[in-house]
Amino acid sequence: MDPNQKYDPKLFERASRPEEDSSEVHDTGLTFWRDAWIQFRRNKAALLGLIVIGLIIFLAIFGPYFNSYGSDEQNMSRSNLPPKVPLLEKVSWLGMDGTDSRGVDQYEVKGIDENFWFGTDELGRDLWTRVWEGSRISLYIAFLAAGIDLIIGVIYGSVSAYYGGRVDNVMQRILEVLMGIPELILVILLIMLLQPGILSITLAMIITGWVGMARIVRGQVLKLKNQEFVLASRALGAKDNRLLMKHLIPNTMGPIIITTMFTVPVAIFTEAFLSFIGLGLQPPIASLGTLVNDGFKLLRIYPHLMVISSVVISLIMISFNIVGDGLRDALDPRMKR
Amino acid sequence: MKRYVISRIIFMLITLLIIISFTFFLMQTLPGSPFNDEQLSEFQREQMNERYGLNEPVPKQYLNYLTNLVKGDLGVSFQYDGRPVTGIIKERIGTSAVLGIQSLIFGTIIGLALGIIGALYHNTTIDYASIIIAVIGLSIPNFVFAGLLQYWVGVKLEWLPVAFWRGFEYTILPTIALSMFVIATVARYIRTEMIEVLSEDYMLTAKSKGLSRFTMIWRHGVRNSMIPIITIMGPLVVSLVTGTLIVEKIFSIPGLGDQFVDSILTNDYPVIMGVTIFYSALFIFVVFVVDLLYGVLDPRIRLSGGDK
Repeated sequence: MDPNQKYDPKLFERASRPEEDSSEVHDTGLTFWRDAWIQFRRNKAALLGLIVIGLIIFLAIFGPYFNSYGSDEQNMSRSNLPPKVPLLEKVSWLGMDGTDSRGVDQYEVKGIDENFWFGTDELGRDLWTRVWEGSRISLYIAFLAAGIDLIIGVIYGSVSAYYGGRVDNVMQRILEVLMGIPELILVILLIMLLQPGILSITLAMIITGWVGMARIVRGQVLKLKNQEFVLASRALGAKDNRLLMKHLIPNTMGPIIITTMFTVPVAIFTEAFLSFIGLGLQPPIASLGTLVNDGFKLLRIYPHLMVISSVVISLIMISFNIVGDGLRDALDPRMKR
Repeated sequence: MKRYVISRIIFMLITLLIIISFTFFLMQTLPGSPFNDEQLSEFQREQMNERYGLNEPVPKQYLNYLTNLVKGDLGVSFQYDGRPVTGIIKERIGTSAVLGIQSLIFGTIIGLALGIIGALYHNTTIDYASIIIAVIGLSIPNFVFAGLLQYWVGVKLEWLPVAFWRGFEYTILPTIALSMFVIATVARYIRTEMIEVLSEDYMLTAKSKGLSRFTMIWRHGVRNSMIPIITIMGPLVVSLVTGTLIVEKIFSIPGLGDQFVDSILTNDYPVIMGVTIFYSALFIFVVFVVDLLYGVLDPRIRLSGGDK
């Protein structure tokens, strides 16, 4: 035994050394997006909203092919049929049993064997097909408008904030004037000029729609542009372009996504609003807005026309709002509880 | 402060001028003329154009319009045989104002109640219920809500009149339909604000002073949460204005919104322009007042170019 050693080394046991363990990575770290997804998943309402949106998009794409009726296939012998769905017809309060508001089974009266899941309109067109094709057009307009708003808003906002000074000043003054104009009024005026159509409605919404996005992006970039990581990148020789595209805009993604989520229901509402005041899409094209409007005219006699399209449009708007709220909670670190 | 107000007013005027010019030239380029009637002879058409000053060169018409506008004259309607547009607006605005203000008051009260209750019972079933009501109120388009309300309460249950404007009971359904958005927006806003305020130190002070729960919440909580509410007045007014277009049409109310929609469908350009300018001026004015009030009510907000 070593005389310098008082105790037998065998008595000692090595404690675990944290330094050693920490050199190995046992778990992949939480990225921002993974963390956001975990936060989002916890929000049951938002998750449900996401599922509803998925379902509606699926039906808007494939729904019209579930039966063989065309959206513009008129047949007066089967006009104004109430909805009838094979299994749901047993649930009387749902109103899916083919009886109209007076309690008469219209399918029996007219001698029709087929089932129209959402019923038919006054020209005998199948409402199931029309509702989903209408949703397709409404969603198409909304996504297109939201997408272009995003592109213009992000470019305008980031350029304005990044270059600052006089550029920012001029760009902000332009924004202020645009913001001073009530949006819907401008949209109405533009539609009168351009004549209603899918592209003109989208365009009219974009003219004012991008302003909100530009302001949010500008605010974020202003906050970020003086931070150290931007300085570091600049010191390494990064050009303005790279700084904007690789550092500033990706770090603004959270607010950008949230704003886009809220743009979609606004666009759907605007399109429907235009239909309602008589500036909407012209037949044979139908959107959810024109369907609600058509249904409204016959509401007292055939409520199913308006009720079904209203439910679909409301579901879309509620879902997008809930998902937007959920995303805001998940992506905004200040909202963590 | 004075500098700020003056620069804001100049800016408001510029914005308004841009809107006026924009609508004017838009109306010039619009397809179709109000005198498209085939029964009119060439001579009659010329006479009509002369009477309404449409034969002058466009820049001259523009200057005429601007000078008349300053004098408070918005031209005459094409549809109603030469009735002045200002007269039409004056006649119709009262009804819309009653409807709008009633909805604003009703919506704010219900929204406040909903938001405060939600905040006090934060993260309980009551809170979730108030959030759900707010999200639904925000999401369901007002024409859907107004249409269904008219159908269920007016037609099916026959509790309230279905349409027209002949007394208080006629105003109830349109007011509810119009205030849904107000309720939802106010409730969401006040709830978030109130949750924050409730955790402030001064609430603890109030409690330790021995104030009753009601006084504490009312005097310190609600009052402090109210300030930011003013910022949403701008969007609320816009929603009320566009809401009246829909609600007045659905309930056949003779207001300005109903008139506006009518004029759009009949190409009555002077009325469309007049009402557009009126709505824009209203909106710009509200935003301005809101900004000023905000600075007055909350001394922490420094208006840019503040006084010394």
